[in-house]
Amino acid sequence: MLSREQVEKVASLSRLQLSPQELEKFSVQLGAIIEYMEVLNSVDTTNIEPMIYAVPTTNIYREDIRKPSLNHVTALQNAPETDGEYFIAPTVVEK
Amino acid sequence: MEMFRQTINQLHKRISNGEIVAADVVESVKQRIAAVEPAVKAFITICDDSEAVAVESSSPLAGMPGVVKDNICTQGIRTTCGSRILENFIPPYNATVIDRLNAVGAVVLGKTNQDEFGMGSSTENSGYHITCNPWDLSRVPGGSSGGSAAAVASGQALWALGSDTGGSIRQPAAFCGIVGMKPTYGRVSRYGLVAYASSLDTIGTLTRDVYDNALLMNVIAGYDERDSTSINAPCEDYTAGIYDGVRGLKIGLPKQYFGEGLSAEVAAALEQAVQTYRDLGAEIIEVDMPNTKYALATYYIIATAEASSNLARYDGVSYGLRVEGKNIVDMSERTREQGFSEEVRRRIMLGTYTLSAGYYDAYYNKALKVRRLIKNDFDAAFLQVDVLLTPVAPTQAFKIGEKTDDPLAMYLSDICTVTVNLAGVPALSLPCAFTNNLPVGMQLIGAPLSEALLLRVGCAFEQTSGLANKIAPCGGGK
Repeated sequence: MLSREQVEKVASLSRLQLSPQELEKFSVQLGAIIEYMEVLNSVDTTNIEPMIYAVPTTNIYREDIRKPSLNHVTALQNAPETDGEYFIAPTVVEK
Repeated sequence: MEMFRQTINQLHKRISNGEIVAADVVESVKQRIAAVEPAVKAFITICDDSEAVAVESSSPLAGMPGVVKDNICTQGIRTTCGSRILENFIPPYNATVIDRLNAVGAVVLGKTNQDEFGMGSSTENSGYHITCNPWDLSRVPGGSSGGSAAAVASGQALWALGSDTGGSIRQPAAFCGIVGMKPTYGRVSRYGLVAYASSLDTIGTLTRDVYDNALLMNVIAGYDERDSTSINAPCEDYTAGIYDGVRGLKIGLPKQYFGEGLSAEVAAALEQAVQTYRDLGAEIIEVDMPNTKYALATYYIIATAEASSNLARYDGVSYGLRVEGKNIVDMSERTREQGFSEEVRRRIMLGTYTLSAGYYDAYYNKALKVRRLIKNDFDAAFLQVDVLLTPVAPTQAFKIGEKTDDPLAMYLSDICTVTVNLAGVPALSLPCAFTNNLPVGMQLIGAPLSEALLLRVGCAFEQTSGLANKIAPCGGGK
Protein backbone atom coordinates (compact mmCIF):
# COMPACT_ATOMS: atom_id res chain seq x y z
CA MET A 1 0.00 0.00 0.00
CA LEU A 2 1.22 3.50 -0.82
CA SER A 3 0.89 6.24 1.77
CA ARG A 4 -1.61 9.03 1.23
CA GLU A 5 1.30 11.48 0.87
CA GLN A 6 2.93 9.34 -1.84
CA VAL A 7 -0.32 9.16 -3.80
CA GLU A 8 -0.85 12.92 -3.46
CA LYS A 9 2.68 13.60 -4.69
CA VAL A 10 2.31 11.30 -7.70
CA ALA A 11 -1.10 12.85 -8.51
CA SER A 12 0.44 16.29 -8.44
CA LEU A 13 3.33 15.22 -10.69
CA SER A 14 0.72 13.67 -13.02
CA ARG A 15 -1.36 16.87 -13.07
CA LEU A 16 -4.37 15.02 -11.69
CA GLN A 17 -6.76 16.11 -8.94
CA LEU A 18 -8.10 13.20 -6.92
CA SER A 19 -11.12 13.14 -4.61
CA PRO A 20 -10.53 11.83 -1.05
CA GLN A 21 -12.27 8.56 -2.02
CA GLU A 22 -10.01 8.17 -5.05
CA LEU A 23 -6.92 8.86 -2.95
CA GLU A 24 -7.97 6.02 -0.66
CA LYS A 25 -8.78 3.64 -3.52
CA PHE A 26 -5.60 4.39 -5.50
CA SER A 27 -3.31 3.97 -2.50
CA VAL A 28 -4.61 0.40 -2.09
CA GLN A 29 -4.76 -0.50 -5.81
CA LEU A 30 -1.45 1.07 -6.82
CA GLY A 31 0.18 -0.54 -3.79
CA ALA A 32 -1.03 -4.00 -4.87
CA ILE A 33 0.10 -3.50 -8.47
CA ILE A 34 3.53 -2.19 -7.43
CA GLU A 35 3.92 -5.11 -5.05
CA TYR A 36 3.21 -7.45 -7.97
CA MET A 37 5.86 -5.63 -10.06
CA GLU A 38 8.49 -6.27 -7.42
CA VAL A 39 8.85 -9.81 -8.78
CA LEU A 40 11.46 -8.25 -11.10
CA ASN A 41 13.78 -7.70 -8.14
CA SER A 42 14.46 -11.43 -8.16
CA VAL A 43 15.83 -11.38 -11.73
CA ASP A 44 19.58 -11.27 -12.22
CA THR A 45 20.25 -8.55 -14.80
CA THR A 46 23.98 -8.15 -14.25
CA ASN A 47 25.65 -6.94 -17.47
CA ILE A 48 22.30 -6.79 -19.31
CA GLU A 49 21.80 -3.63 -21.37
CA PRO A 50 18.38 -1.94 -21.10
CA MET A 51 16.29 -2.45 -24.25
CA ILE A 52 14.27 0.62 -25.26
CA TYR A 53 13.11 -0.60 -28.67
CA ALA A 54 12.68 -4.17 -29.88
CA VAL A 55 14.06 -3.45 -33.32
CA PRO A 56 17.44 -1.79 -33.91
CA THR A 57 16.95 1.95 -34.31
CA THR A 58 19.34 4.65 -35.37
CA ASN A 59 18.97 8.38 -35.77
CA ILE A 60 17.21 9.22 -39.03
CA TYR A 61 18.61 12.32 -40.71
CA ARG A 62 17.06 14.31 -43.51
CA GLU A 63 17.83 17.48 -45.41
CA ASP A 64 16.30 20.59 -43.87
CA ILE A 65 13.97 21.41 -46.74
CA ARG A 66 10.70 23.33 -46.45
CA LYS A 67 7.67 21.22 -47.29
CA PRO A 68 3.91 21.88 -47.17
CA SER A 69 2.50 21.65 -43.66
CA LEU A 70 -0.74 22.44 -41.86
CA ASN A 71 -1.86 26.03 -42.34
CA HIS A 72 -2.67 28.31 -39.39
CA VAL A 73 -6.44 27.88 -39.52
CA THR A 74 -6.26 24.10 -39.69
CA ALA A 75 -3.66 23.84 -36.97
CA LEU A 76 -5.87 25.86 -34.61
CA GLN A 77 -9.20 24.24 -35.49
CA ASN A 78 -9.28 21.83 -32.52
CA ALA A 79 -8.09 24.34 -29.92
CA PRO A 80 -10.43 25.19 -27.02
CA GLU A 81 -9.57 28.89 -27.32
CA THR A 82 -7.60 30.95 -29.88
CA ASP A 83 -7.40 34.50 -31.13
CA GLY A 84 -7.06 33.28 -34.70
CA GLU A 85 -3.28 33.53 -34.52
CA TYR A 86 -2.31 31.89 -31.25
CA PHE A 87 -3.56 29.36 -28.70
CA ILE A 88 -5.00 31.14 -25.67
CA ALA A 89 -4.08 29.66 -22.28
CA PRO A 90 -4.75 30.89 -18.73
CA THR A 91 -2.16 33.00 -16.96
CA VAL A 92 1.10 31.10 -16.47
CA VAL A 93 3.07 33.64 -14.44
CA GLU A 94 1.06 35.45 -11.75
CA LYS A 95 1.83 39.12 -11.14
CA MET B 1 -25.94 -15.69 -49.76
CA GLU B 2 -26.18 -12.16 -48.39
CA MET B 3 -23.06 -10.25 -49.37
CA PHE B 4 -22.11 -9.18 -45.85
CA ARG B 5 -21.64 -12.90 -45.04
CA GLN B 6 -18.91 -13.35 -47.66
CA THR B 7 -15.20 -12.68 -47.51
CA ILE B 8 -13.31 -9.94 -49.30
CA ASN B 9 -11.74 -12.55 -51.56
CA GLN B 10 -15.13 -14.04 -52.52
CA LEU B 11 -16.74 -10.65 -53.12
CA HIS B 12 -13.77 -9.40 -55.14
CA LYS B 13 -14.17 -12.36 -57.51
CA ARG B 14 -17.88 -11.65 -57.91
CA ILE B 15 -17.16 -7.99 -58.63
CA SER B 16 -14.39 -8.89 -61.09
CA ASN B 17 -16.67 -11.15 -63.14
CA GLY B 18 -19.37 -8.49 -63.25
CA GLU B 19 -21.89 -10.36 -61.13
CA ILE B 20 -22.19 -7.57 -58.54
CA VAL B 21 -20.85 -4.03 -58.05
CA ALA B 22 -19.05 -2.59 -55.04
CA ALA B 23 -22.01 -0.36 -54.16
CA ASP B 24 -24.13 -3.50 -53.59
CA VAL B 25 -21.58 -4.79 -51.08
CA VAL B 26 -21.53 -1.49 -49.21
CA GLU B 27 -25.35 -1.46 -49.14
CA SER B 28 -25.51 -5.04 -47.82
CA VAL B 29 -23.09 -4.29 -44.99
CA LYS B 30 -24.92 -1.03 -44.12
CA GLN B 31 -28.19 -2.98 -43.84
CA ARG B 32 -26.48 -5.42 -41.50
CA ILE B 33 -25.28 -2.50 -39.38
CA ALA B 34 -28.85 -1.17 -39.16
CA ALA B 35 -30.05 -4.61 -38.06
CA VAL B 36 -27.48 -5.60 -35.41
CA GLU B 37 -25.60 -2.51 -34.24
CA PRO B 38 -28.28 -1.61 -31.65
CA ALA B 39 -27.47 -4.92 -29.90
CA VAL B 40 -23.69 -5.04 -30.44
CA LYS B 41 -22.76 -1.33 -30.11
CA ALA B 42 -19.42 -1.71 -31.91
CA PHE B 43 -19.22 1.86 -33.22
CA ILE B 44 -18.45 5.24 -31.70
CA THR B 45 -19.05 7.05 -35.01
CA ILE B 46 -20.89 5.73 -38.06
CA CYS B 47 -20.05 7.54 -41.32
CA ASP B 48 -23.52 7.76 -42.91
CA ASP B 49 -22.23 9.27 -46.14
CA SER B 50 -19.58 6.62 -46.82
CA GLU B 51 -19.81 5.11 -50.29
CA ALA B 52 -17.73 3.18 -52.79
CA VAL B 53 -15.67 5.64 -54.85
CA ALA B 54 -14.21 4.51 -58.15
CA VAL B 55 -10.41 4.51 -58.08
CA GLU B 56 -7.78 3.18 -60.46
CA SER B 57 -6.95 0.10 -58.45
CA SER B 58 -6.71 -3.62 -58.96
CA SER B 59 -6.59 -4.21 -55.21
CA PRO B 60 -9.14 -6.71 -53.88
CA LEU B 61 -9.86 -4.10 -51.19
CA ALA B 62 -11.34 -1.71 -53.79
CA GLY B 63 -14.89 -0.90 -52.77
CA MET B 64 -14.75 -3.14 -49.69
CA PRO B 65 -16.38 -1.69 -46.56
CA GLY B 66 -14.55 -1.86 -43.25
CA VAL B 67 -14.05 -0.06 -39.98
CA VAL B 68 -11.21 1.66 -38.15
CA LYS B 69 -10.41 1.75 -34.45
CA ASP B 70 -11.03 5.20 -33.05
CA ASN B 71 -7.39 5.86 -32.14
CA ILE B 72 -6.32 5.98 -35.81
CA CYS B 73 -6.58 9.49 -37.27
CA THR B 74 -9.11 10.01 -40.06
CA GLN B 75 -9.12 13.44 -41.68
CA GLY B 76 -12.44 15.19 -41.08
CA ILE B 77 -13.85 12.24 -39.09
CA ARG B 78 -13.97 12.53 -35.31
CA THR B 79 -11.28 10.44 -33.61
CA THR B 80 -11.92 10.05 -29.89
CA CYS B 81 -9.61 7.22 -28.75
CA GLY B 82 -12.59 6.14 -26.67
CA SER B 83 -11.92 9.14 -24.43
CA ARG B 84 -14.10 12.08 -23.43
CA ILE B 85 -10.99 14.24 -23.52
CA LEU B 86 -11.01 13.90 -27.34
CA GLU B 87 -14.80 13.93 -27.75
CA ASN B 88 -14.71 16.72 -30.33
CA PHE B 89 -11.31 16.06 -31.92
CA ILE B 90 -11.43 16.18 -35.73
CA PRO B 91 -8.00 15.20 -37.10
CA PRO B 92 -6.67 17.55 -39.78
CA TYR B 93 -4.77 14.68 -41.41
CA ASN B 94 -4.98 10.95 -42.14
CA ALA B 95 -2.88 8.22 -40.60
CA THR B 96 -0.64 6.63 -43.26
CA VAL B 97 -2.71 3.42 -43.13
CA ILE B 98 -5.85 5.44 -43.99
CA ASP B 99 -4.10 7.11 -46.94
CA ARG B 100 -3.09 3.66 -48.17
CA LEU B 101 -6.62 2.28 -47.83
CA ASN B 102 -8.09 5.33 -49.59
CA ALA B 103 -5.60 4.92 -52.41
CA VAL B 104 -6.95 1.44 -53.22
CA GLY B 105 -10.59 2.50 -52.82
CA ALA B 106 -11.44 0.73 -49.56
CA VAL B 107 -14.51 2.21 -47.84
CA VAL B 108 -14.43 3.32 -44.18
CA LEU B 109 -17.90 2.87 -42.66
CA GLY B 110 -17.05 4.18 -39.23
CA LYS B 111 -14.86 4.37 -36.17
CA THR B 112 -15.05 1.64 -33.58
CA ASN B 113 -15.28 1.51 -29.82
CA GLN B 114 -12.26 0.75 -27.68
CA ASP B 115 -10.89 0.93 -24.18
CA GLU B 116 -9.84 4.53 -23.64
CA PHE B 117 -6.42 5.11 -25.30
CA GLY B 118 -6.11 1.31 -25.63
CA MET B 119 -5.94 0.83 -21.88
CA GLY B 120 -8.01 -2.24 -21.14
CA SER B 121 -8.75 -5.80 -22.15
CA SER B 122 -12.55 -5.76 -22.47
CA THR B 123 -13.70 -2.47 -24.10
CA GLU B 124 -15.62 -1.85 -20.87
CA ASN B 125 -13.27 1.06 -20.23
CA SER B 126 -14.62 3.18 -23.08
CA GLY B 127 -15.67 6.72 -22.28
CA TYR B 128 -18.77 6.12 -24.44
CA HIS B 129 -20.46 2.76 -24.00
CA ILE B 130 -19.86 -0.98 -23.59
CA THR B 131 -19.61 -3.17 -26.70
CA CYS B 132 -21.17 -6.63 -26.48
CA ASN B 133 -19.65 -9.86 -27.71
CA PRO B 134 -21.75 -10.78 -30.77
CA TRP B 135 -21.59 -14.50 -29.84
CA ASP B 136 -23.06 -13.84 -26.38
CA LEU B 137 -24.30 -10.34 -25.65
CA SER B 138 -23.74 -10.76 -21.90
CA ARG B 139 -19.99 -11.12 -22.48
CA VAL B 140 -17.18 -8.72 -23.40
CA PRO B 141 -15.74 -8.67 -26.93
CA GLY B 142 -12.23 -8.37 -25.52
CA GLY B 143 -10.10 -5.28 -25.86
CA SER B 144 -8.88 -2.83 -26.42
CA SER B 145 -9.88 -3.20 -30.12
CA GLY B 146 -13.22 -4.73 -29.05
CA GLY B 147 -15.37 -2.59 -31.36
CA SER B 148 -13.30 -3.55 -34.41
CA ALA B 149 -13.43 -7.27 -33.57
CA ALA B 150 -17.16 -7.22 -32.76
CA ALA B 151 -17.94 -5.34 -36.00
CA VAL B 152 -16.10 -7.89 -38.16
CA ALA B 153 -17.51 -10.92 -36.29
CA SER B 154 -21.07 -9.60 -36.53
CA GLY B 155 -20.94 -8.90 -40.27
CA GLN B 156 -20.90 -5.10 -39.86
CA ALA B 157 -17.55 -4.88 -41.66
CA LEU B 158 -15.47 -7.06 -43.99
CA TRP B 159 -12.26 -5.83 -42.45
CA ALA B 160 -11.06 -3.73 -39.55
CA LEU B 161 -7.97 -1.95 -38.39
CA GLY B 162 -7.03 -2.22 -34.75
CA SER B 163 -4.00 -1.44 -32.66
CA ASP B 164 -2.07 -3.80 -30.41
CA THR B 165 0.14 -2.64 -27.54
CA GLY B 166 -0.15 -5.73 -25.31
CA GLY B 167 -2.67 -7.96 -27.11
CA SER B 168 -5.37 -5.48 -28.12
CA ILE B 169 -5.91 -7.03 -31.56
CA ARG B 170 -5.22 -10.69 -30.79
CA GLN B 171 -7.33 -11.08 -27.65
CA PRO B 172 -10.53 -9.50 -29.06
CA ALA B 173 -10.02 -11.51 -32.27
CA ALA B 174 -9.91 -14.66 -30.11
CA PHE B 175 -12.95 -13.63 -28.04
CA CYS B 176 -14.94 -12.87 -31.23
CA GLY B 177 -13.83 -15.86 -33.36
CA ILE B 178 -11.96 -13.96 -36.08
CA VAL B 179 -8.39 -13.55 -37.37
CA GLY B 180 -6.16 -10.80 -35.97
CA MET B 181 -2.60 -9.92 -36.98
CA LYS B 182 -0.18 -7.99 -34.78
CA PRO B 183 2.66 -7.24 -37.22
CA THR B 184 6.35 -6.87 -36.43
CA TYR B 185 7.02 -3.57 -34.66
CA GLY B 186 7.80 -1.09 -37.46
CA ARG B 187 6.27 -3.13 -40.32
CA VAL B 188 3.12 -0.94 -40.42
CA SER B 189 3.48 2.81 -40.05
CA ARG B 190 2.31 4.30 -36.75
CA TYR B 191 2.00 7.78 -38.27
CA GLY B 192 -1.45 9.01 -37.19
CA LEU B 193 -1.93 6.36 -34.50
CA VAL B 194 -2.60 8.19 -31.25
CA ALA B 195 0.23 7.11 -28.94
CA TYR B 196 -0.29 4.94 -25.87
CA ALA B 197 3.10 3.21 -25.36
CA SER B 198 5.22 4.13 -28.35
CA SER B 199 7.82 1.34 -28.12
CA LEU B 200 5.04 -1.30 -28.05
CA ASP B 201 2.21 0.16 -30.22
CA THR B 202 1.45 -1.46 -33.57
CA ILE B 203 -1.43 -1.10 -36.05
CA GLY B 204 -2.77 -4.40 -37.38
CA THR B 205 -5.59 -6.20 -39.15
CA LEU B 206 -8.82 -8.01 -38.22
CA THR B 207 -10.72 -10.12 -40.76
CA ARG B 208 -12.93 -13.23 -40.90
CA ASP B 209 -10.37 -15.48 -42.56
CA VAL B 210 -6.63 -15.74 -42.98
CA TYR B 211 -6.59 -14.98 -46.71
CA ASP B 212 -8.48 -11.70 -46.21
CA ASN B 213 -5.98 -10.82 -43.51
CA ALA B 214 -3.15 -11.23 -46.02
CA LEU B 215 -5.02 -9.02 -48.50
CA LEU B 216 -5.39 -6.25 -45.93
CA MET B 217 -1.76 -6.56 -44.82
CA ASN B 218 -0.76 -6.16 -48.47
CA VAL B 219 -2.36 -2.69 -48.41
CA ILE B 220 -1.14 -1.32 -45.08
CA ALA B 221 2.35 -2.81 -44.57
CA GLY B 222 5.49 -1.05 -45.74
CA TYR B 223 8.03 1.65 -45.07
CA ASP B 224 6.90 5.19 -44.22
CA GLU B 225 9.35 8.03 -43.86
CA ARG B 226 6.89 9.82 -41.55
CA ASP B 227 7.42 7.13 -38.87
CA SER B 228 11.04 7.11 -37.73
CA THR B 229 10.66 3.59 -36.31
CA SER B 230 9.32 2.22 -39.62
CA ILE B 231 11.37 -0.69 -41.01
CA ASN B 232 12.90 0.10 -44.38
CA ALA B 233 12.72 -3.38 -45.89
CA PRO B 234 10.66 -4.57 -48.87
CA CYS B 235 7.26 -6.19 -48.25
CA GLU B 236 6.35 -9.50 -49.79
CA ASP B 237 2.95 -10.40 -51.25
CA TYR B 238 1.38 -11.96 -48.17
CA THR B 239 -0.95 -14.17 -50.23
CA ALA B 240 1.85 -15.65 -52.38
CA GLY B 241 2.80 -18.78 -50.40
CA ILE B 242 -0.28 -18.91 -48.21
CA TYR B 243 -1.38 -22.40 -49.38
CA ASP B 244 2.07 -23.99 -49.04
CA GLY B 245 1.13 -25.97 -45.92
CA VAL B 246 3.17 -26.87 -42.84
CA ARG B 247 4.81 -30.17 -43.81
CA GLY B 248 8.34 -30.21 -42.41
CA LEU B 249 7.90 -27.01 -40.38
CA LYS B 250 8.86 -26.99 -36.71
CA ILE B 251 6.21 -25.64 -34.35
CA GLY B 252 7.30 -24.84 -30.80
CA LEU B 253 5.16 -25.09 -27.69
CA PRO B 254 6.62 -22.85 -24.95
CA LYS B 255 5.68 -24.73 -21.80
CA GLN B 256 5.40 -21.53 -19.77
CA TYR B 257 2.26 -20.56 -21.76
CA PHE B 258 0.43 -23.76 -20.84
CA GLY B 259 0.69 -23.50 -17.06
CA GLU B 260 -1.73 -22.74 -14.26
CA GLY B 261 -4.64 -20.40 -14.92
CA LEU B 262 -5.41 -21.86 -18.34
CA SER B 263 -9.09 -22.87 -18.49
CA ALA B 264 -9.98 -26.47 -19.33
CA GLU B 265 -11.77 -25.32 -22.52
CA VAL B 266 -8.75 -23.41 -23.81
CA ALA B 267 -6.31 -26.19 -22.87
CA ALA B 268 -8.41 -28.82 -24.69
CA ALA B 269 -8.83 -26.65 -27.79
CA LEU B 270 -5.09 -25.99 -28.00
CA GLU B 271 -4.30 -29.67 -27.58
CA GLN B 272 -6.60 -30.44 -30.50
CA ALA B 273 -4.94 -27.75 -32.63
CA VAL B 274 -1.51 -29.19 -31.90
CA GLN B 275 -2.75 -32.61 -33.04
CA THR B 276 -4.08 -31.06 -36.26
CA TYR B 277 -0.66 -29.61 -37.02
CA ARG B 278 0.98 -32.93 -36.26
CA ASP B 279 -1.44 -34.60 -38.69
CA LEU B 280 -0.59 -31.99 -41.32
CA GLY B 281 3.06 -32.95 -41.14
CA ALA B 282 4.54 -30.37 -38.78
CA GLU B 283 7.05 -31.36 -36.14
CA ILE B 284 6.01 -30.33 -32.62
CA ILE B 285 8.79 -29.37 -30.21
CA GLU B 286 8.52 -28.22 -26.60
CA VAL B 287 10.59 -25.09 -25.95
CA ASP B 288 11.66 -23.32 -22.78
CA MET B 289 11.15 -19.56 -22.38
CA PRO B 290 12.13 -19.08 -18.73
CA ASN B 291 11.63 -15.31 -18.52
CA THR B 292 7.96 -15.45 -19.55
CA LYS B 293 6.88 -15.22 -15.92
CA TYR B 294 8.33 -11.71 -15.67
CA ALA B 295 6.57 -10.39 -18.79
CA LEU B 296 3.44 -8.93 -17.19
CA ALA B 297 5.32 -6.92 -14.58
CA THR B 298 7.78 -5.76 -17.25
CA TYR B 299 4.99 -4.83 -19.61
CA TYR B 300 2.95 -2.85 -17.10
CA ILE B 301 5.99 -0.89 -15.96
CA ILE B 302 7.11 0.02 -19.49
CA ALA B 303 3.64 0.63 -20.92
CA THR B 304 2.49 2.86 -18.07
CA ALA B 305 5.78 4.80 -18.02
CA GLU B 306 5.45 5.55 -21.73
CA ALA B 307 1.76 6.37 -21.29
CA SER B 308 2.39 8.85 -18.49
CA SER B 309 4.74 10.70 -20.83
CA ASN B 310 2.59 10.41 -23.98
CA LEU B 311 -0.59 11.54 -22.25
CA ALA B 312 1.04 14.67 -20.80
CA ARG B 313 -0.03 16.38 -24.04
CA TYR B 314 -3.69 16.47 -22.94
CA ASP B 315 -3.38 19.72 -21.05
CA GLY B 316 -6.42 21.63 -22.32
CA VAL B 317 -4.42 24.06 -24.46
CA SER B 318 -3.92 23.04 -28.08
CA TYR B 319 -6.71 20.52 -28.62
CA GLY B 320 -9.21 18.39 -26.74
CA LEU B 321 -11.30 19.14 -23.68
CA ARG B 322 -10.70 22.19 -21.50
CA VAL B 323 -12.24 22.65 -18.06
CA GLU B 324 -11.67 26.22 -16.84
CA GLY B 325 -9.56 26.75 -13.71
CA LYS B 326 -8.03 29.57 -11.74
CA ASN B 327 -4.63 29.28 -13.43
CA ILE B 328 -2.95 27.05 -16.00
CA VAL B 329 -2.08 24.25 -13.58
CA ASP B 330 -5.55 24.21 -12.07
CA MET B 331 -7.11 24.26 -15.57
CA SER B 332 -4.91 21.38 -16.67
CA GLU B 333 -5.62 19.28 -13.56
CA ARG B 334 -9.39 19.82 -13.81
CA THR B 335 -9.34 18.97 -17.52
CA ARG B 336 -7.45 15.73 -16.97
CA GLU B 337 -9.57 14.77 -13.97
CA GLN B 338 -12.80 15.18 -15.96
CA GLY B 339 -11.51 13.96 -19.34
CA PHE B 340 -9.70 10.77 -18.32
CA SER B 341 -11.40 7.68 -16.92
CA GLU B 342 -10.24 6.04 -13.73
CA GLU B 343 -8.18 3.37 -15.53
CA VAL B 344 -6.30 5.98 -17.57
CA ARG B 345 -5.58 7.99 -14.44
CA ARG B 346 -4.45 4.81 -12.66
CA ARG B 347 -1.97 4.03 -15.45
CA ILE B 348 -0.67 7.60 -15.64
CA MET B 349 -0.14 7.49 -11.86
CA LEU B 350 1.68 4.14 -12.09
CA GLY B 351 3.93 5.37 -14.87
CA THR B 352 4.66 8.62 -13.08
CA TYR B 353 5.52 6.69 -9.91
CA THR B 354 7.94 4.27 -11.59
CA LEU B 355 9.64 7.10 -13.49
CA SER B 356 9.93 9.39 -10.47
CA ALA B 357 13.15 10.25 -8.68
CA GLY B 358 14.39 7.38 -6.52
CA TYR B 359 12.32 4.73 -8.30
CA TYR B 360 13.53 5.02 -11.91
CA ASP B 361 16.32 2.46 -11.59
CA ALA B 362 14.38 0.05 -9.40
CA TYR B 363 11.39 -0.15 -11.72
CA TYR B 364 11.74 1.38 -15.20
CA ASN B 365 15.39 0.66 -15.91
CA LYS B 366 15.07 -2.80 -14.37
CA ALA B 367 12.07 -3.52 -16.62
CA LEU B 368 14.05 -2.47 -19.71
CA LYS B 369 16.75 -4.99 -18.79
CA VAL B 370 14.25 -7.79 -18.22
CA ARG B 371 12.69 -6.83 -21.55
CA ARG B 372 15.96 -7.79 -23.20
CA LEU B 373 15.98 -11.16 -21.42
CA ILE B 374 12.45 -11.80 -22.74
CA LYS B 375 13.60 -10.87 -26.26
CA ASN B 376 16.58 -13.23 -25.86
CA ASP B 377 14.14 -16.06 -25.04
CA PHE B 378 12.43 -15.47 -28.40
CA ASP B 379 15.73 -15.29 -30.30
CA ALA B 380 16.77 -18.63 -28.76
CA ALA B 381 13.39 -20.23 -29.52
CA PHE B 382 13.53 -19.24 -33.19
CA LEU B 383 16.89 -20.98 -33.54
CA GLN B 384 15.01 -24.20 -32.72
CA VAL B 385 11.59 -23.74 -34.34
CA ASP B 386 9.88 -21.85 -37.19
CA VAL B 387 6.87 -20.62 -35.22
CA LEU B 388 5.50 -20.82 -31.68
CA LEU B 389 1.95 -21.91 -30.85
CA THR B 390 0.31 -20.62 -27.65
CA PRO B 391 -3.08 -19.64 -26.23
CA VAL B 392 -4.18 -16.03 -26.83
CA ALA B 393 -5.88 -15.67 -23.47
CA PRO B 394 -6.22 -18.03 -20.51
CA THR B 395 -10.03 -18.13 -20.85
CA GLN B 396 -12.83 -17.56 -23.34
CA ALA B 397 -14.71 -14.23 -23.34
CA PHE B 398 -15.66 -13.34 -19.78
CA LYS B 399 -18.89 -11.75 -18.52
CA ILE B 400 -19.42 -8.00 -18.68
CA GLY B 401 -18.58 -6.59 -15.24
CA GLU B 402 -16.69 -9.67 -14.09
CA LYS B 403 -13.28 -8.03 -13.73
CA THR B 404 -13.97 -4.29 -13.65
CA ASP B 405 -13.44 -3.94 -9.90
CA ASP B 406 -10.03 -5.61 -9.84
CA PRO B 407 -7.48 -3.96 -12.16
CA LEU B 408 -4.77 -6.51 -11.40
CA ALA B 409 -7.08 -9.43 -12.37
CA MET B 410 -7.79 -7.64 -15.67
CA TYR B 411 -4.03 -7.15 -16.27
CA LEU B 412 -3.41 -10.87 -15.64
CA SER B 413 -5.67 -11.78 -18.57
CA ASP B 414 -2.96 -10.32 -20.89
CA ILE B 415 -0.40 -12.92 -19.82
CA CYS B 416 -0.09 -14.74 -23.19
CA THR B 417 0.10 -11.65 -25.41
CA VAL B 418 2.32 -8.97 -23.81
CA THR B 419 5.56 -10.88 -24.43
CA VAL B 420 5.10 -10.43 -28.18
CA ASN B 421 4.98 -6.62 -27.91
CA LEU B 422 8.00 -6.53 -25.59
CA ALA B 423 9.98 -8.57 -28.14
CA GLY B 424 8.56 -6.67 -31.15
CA VAL B 425 7.81 -9.88 -33.04
CA PRO B 426 4.67 -10.60 -35.15
CA ALA B 427 1.81 -12.83 -34.02
CA LEU B 428 -1.42 -14.08 -35.55
CA SER B 429 -4.55 -14.92 -33.55
CA LEU B 430 -7.10 -17.24 -35.14
CA PRO B 431 -10.03 -19.36 -33.99
CA CYS B 432 -9.12 -22.97 -33.13
CA ALA B 433 -12.42 -24.16 -31.61
CA PHE B 434 -15.94 -23.20 -30.62
CA THR B 435 -16.77 -24.51 -27.15
CA ASN B 436 -20.14 -23.78 -25.46
CA ASN B 437 -20.98 -21.60 -28.51
CA LEU B 438 -18.04 -19.34 -27.76
CA PRO B 439 -14.84 -19.13 -29.79
CA VAL B 440 -11.40 -20.12 -28.53
CA GLY B 441 -8.35 -18.53 -30.14
CA MET B 442 -4.81 -19.69 -30.66
CA GLN B 443 -1.72 -17.59 -31.22
CA LEU B 444 1.07 -18.20 -33.74
CA ILE B 445 4.22 -16.21 -33.02
CA GLY B 446 7.08 -15.77 -35.49
CA ALA B 447 10.50 -14.19 -35.81
CA PRO B 448 10.68 -10.52 -36.94
CA LEU B 449 9.14 -9.97 -40.42
CA SER B 450 7.75 -13.51 -40.65
CA GLU B 451 4.15 -12.36 -41.25
CA ALA B 452 3.88 -14.39 -44.47
CA LEU B 453 4.94 -17.57 -42.68
CA LEU B 454 2.39 -16.96 -39.88
CA LEU B 455 -0.38 -16.50 -42.45
CA ARG B 456 0.68 -19.69 -44.22
CA VAL B 457 0.69 -21.68 -40.96
CA GLY B 458 -2.66 -20.17 -39.97
CA CYS B 459 -4.15 -20.88 -43.38
CA ALA B 460 -3.13 -24.56 -43.23
CA PHE B 461 -5.03 -24.96 -39.97
CA GLU B 462 -8.06 -23.02 -41.19
CA GLN B 463 -8.35 -25.20 -44.31
CA THR B 464 -8.66 -28.23 -42.04
CA SER B 465 -10.72 -26.76 -39.18
CA GLY B 466 -13.40 -25.12 -41.27
CA LEU B 467 -13.48 -22.31 -38.69
CA ALA B 468 -13.20 -19.50 -41.26
CA ASN B 469 -15.68 -16.70 -41.91
CA LYS B 470 -18.05 -17.37 -39.02
CA ILE B 471 -20.71 -14.68 -38.60
CA ALA B 472 -21.96 -14.24 -35.04
CA PRO B 473 -25.72 -14.31 -34.43
CA CYS B 474 -25.77 -11.09 -32.31
CA GLY B 475 -28.48 -12.48 -30.04
CA GLY B 476 -30.76 -13.25 -32.98
CA GLY B 477 -30.12 -16.99 -33.27
CA LYS B 478 -28.27 -18.42 -36.25
